[in-house]
Amino acid sequence: MKTLAAVDVAIIGGGWSGLLMAKELGARTPLSVVVLERGGQRGIDQYLLDMDEIDYGIRFRMMQQPSEQTVTLRHTAGETALPVRQYGSFLPGAGVGGAGEHWTGICDRPLPDNFELRTRTIEKYGEKKLPEGNSVQDWGITYRELEPFYARVDALLGISGKSGNLRGQRVQGGNPFEGSRSTDYPTPPMRTPYLGDIFRKAATSLGYHPYPIPGATISTTYTNPDGVTRAGCSFCGFCERFGCMIGAKAQPTNTLLPVIANQKGVSIRTQTWVRRIVHQSGGTNRNATGVTYRDATGAEYFQPARVVILASWSLNNVRLLFLSQIGKPYNQTTGEGTLGRNLTHQVAGATQAFFEKPLNRFMGAGAAGMTMGDLDGDVFDHSNLPFLRGGLMTCAVGGGRPVTTFGAVPRSVKSRWGAEWKKAAVHYFDRTGGIGYQAEHLAYKTNFMDLDPTYRDLHGDPLLRLTLNWHDNERKMLDFGLAKATEIAKAMGAVEVNPFPGLKNYDATRYQTTHVQGGAIMGTSPENSVVNTYLQHWDMPNLFVLGGSAFPQNFSAHPTMTILGLAYRTADALIERYLKRPGALT
Amino acid sequence: MASVERREFLILSAASIGGVLVYSLDRSAVRATADDHTIRIPLRFFTQQEALVVGALASRIFPSDESGPGAKEAGVVIYIDRQLGGPYGRDRFRYTKAPFQAGPPELGYQDSANPQQIYRKALAPLSGIDQRSAAEQDEALRKIEGTQFFDLLRSHTIEGMFCDPVHGGNADMIGWQMIGFPGPRMSNADDIDQHYGEAFRPKPTNLSEIGGDRLHLLEDEK
Repeated sequence: MKTLAAVDVAIIGGGWSGLLMAKELGARTPLSVVVLERGGQRGIDQYLLDMDEIDYGIRFRMMQQPSEQTVTLRHTAGETALPVRQYGSFLPGAGVGGAGEHWTGICDRPLPDNFELRTRTIEKYGEKKLPEGNSVQDWGITYRELEPFYARVDALLGISGKSGNLRGQRVQGGNPFEGSRSTDYPTPPMRTPYLGDIFRKAATSLGYHPYPIPGATISTTYTNPDGVTRAGCSFCGFCERFGCMIGAKAQPTNTLLPVIANQKGVSIRTQTWVRRIVHQSGGTNRNATGVTYRDATGAEYFQPARVVILASWSLNNVRLLFLSQIGKPYNQTTGEGTLGRNLTHQVAGATQAFFEKPLNRFMGAGAAGMTMGDLDGDVFDHSNLPFLRGGLMTCAVGGGRPVTTFGAVPRSVKSRWGAEWKKAAVHYFDRTGGIGYQAEHLAYKTNFMDLDPTYRDLHGDPLLRLTLNWHDNERKMLDFGLAKATEIAKAMGAVEVNPFPGLKNYDATRYQTTHVQGGAIMGTSPENSVVNTYLQHWDMPNLFVLGGSAFPQNFSAHPTMTILGLAYRTADALIERYLKRPGALT
Repeated sequence: MASVERREFLILSAASIGGVLVYSLDRSAVRATADDHTIRIPLRFFTQQEALVVGALASRIFPSDESGPGAKEAGVVIYIDRQLGGPYGRDRFRYTKAPFQAGPPELGYQDSANPQQIYRKALAPLSGIDQRSAAEQDEALRKIEGTQFFDLLRSHTIEGMFCDPVHGGNADMIGWQMIGFPGPRMSNADDIDQHYGEAFRPKPTNLSEIGGDRLHLLEDEK
């Protein structure tokens, strides 16, 4: 193994959080920074030709390939886990920009009480209301503390939206239940496609408060504080699973790379697969000393570094900590240990509605449409309901690409092939809309991660093993939410509605979201968490672990705003305090 | 490439495919007209006999009838042949390390057979079904409903109906025209909040018109 010249900072992963950290370090310090990215170079010049549903939407050309590395899954600790051989329920990205290149671009913030979930729930309902076996805990940080960082992310990405609570003042047309915003959205809300418009009218008639989905697929040309200009969205309908051909959707390659490209201290090494974080093991003064990686030729390198920032996708963060033997693995039986605990996903389902009139749904964008927070979090009273929390009810018009969406028929049509099915599916292709409910996933003692004893990746390293299943709280919450979605669909004038069949076991074949979180969670002490609220590892002060792996449990909002907000907070603490006086941040 | 050296061709009568565009191996378009008696399409994976069976079954899944064209006119079998002949057919993307064990359905397909092997094995006993009546073909499909092969064939038929024509299916964009999808359209900015409740059907475009020779498709990779 060849030892390379030391750098000040090694960043593992070239996605949103890793490149944001690189940009901040490059702009505010003279340090040498190297970003190690497993995938290849990517950029807007490739994205014009990616409007190809087969290669990108079906064969997942922008994603990590399971043939190289996947996870194993079992529903309970008593079962043998099997590999998820092809992706379904989540789709991690590979290449510069990570999943931030092919994301949908919805940019909502969690509710304030999400950050103090345990405390607020017990205050209002008593401890008995928390489901049996839960391991829900507070984040150790409040919405108020994080709000200035959300405002910076808004400005960086140019988010389009409509405020509902601006500096404590209610604003008509926005989300009345959101936490107070210190600044308005930098760009106006996106225009609304027909389906979103009839959702808005129907939801309003039922007493709800719909508002335009806040999005990184921006409504108009915008120049951010770094001087990076992006165009307004053209509603081509190729967002999620695709890179944006005009750079309207904020992506690391069009928002951060233009700045990094002019920074002398920062370099990005692609095709570098980090296999271990190397650390000094003796004594109380534990420190990361660098990382080892393998390049595309198979050569192995040791890259020494003064500071290591682990910023890959949430599950890969956790896996690399396990492989590097950093932290104490969680033991489900004793409850001891923190690494791998509080694995959560998001609870998502949809009601399918069939309409008389055509919807022109080929026109759309990841964040085009309407959403509402009336059935989110604890916005509605749960005293007499058999579950806690809720989710966002959303009618998004992402673009209606035909291979993915053709074939939906009302349940009165029994066949799934042949003349009768084809006739109905052709008729309803542009008359079908979904109303989705994306809801919180509480943490449970029985949902966790460790290393698989059997299955390995292309380099021979053990795969991460997920032990994960839904509990009754999620099943009842989704039944409740989607029954409300059916009422809204009928108010929208749907001629038929296919209700959601209900949540059973965790299904790795059905796409939920790519928001799989936890395993290296943040908190107030080494007993309840892996990292502190600056995402600094409790055992190793020069190791920071960014991303959704830090979420103690999952909220209903999309995670990117919070991942980037926390990364900004880490950047400030690292640059303004840690570099001047290395050690544990308090 | 052994499958090319074998020089299997799908030979179709021009009348059988409705006189539309089909795409040969090098992706150049060939328009079959009423004057042509037959058209020869080089195959990448299927034997000619297999291609005829797949074409017949895909046409029962997505028939050509009064509600619009079907798998036959779209060239679905050509699409499937190319996908199976490429890295997808050989399982380059799937995790294929042993041990292979049966699991609950929520963990997805767990067998070792790749799409090429699944098709080849399932097609053998169906040989000659293309010569049988539509009712007999439907009966054969009903017998295999619920198998991995049927699920793949149904998904691939939909893919071949509505893919970009550059992949060999959706010939002449007939699938898109049938359902009102305009393909990779550069901008809908002027129309996104217009045409409420009315069908807006711009002229379709496709990747070859945008990208021409710069396209690099997965199915052409090793």
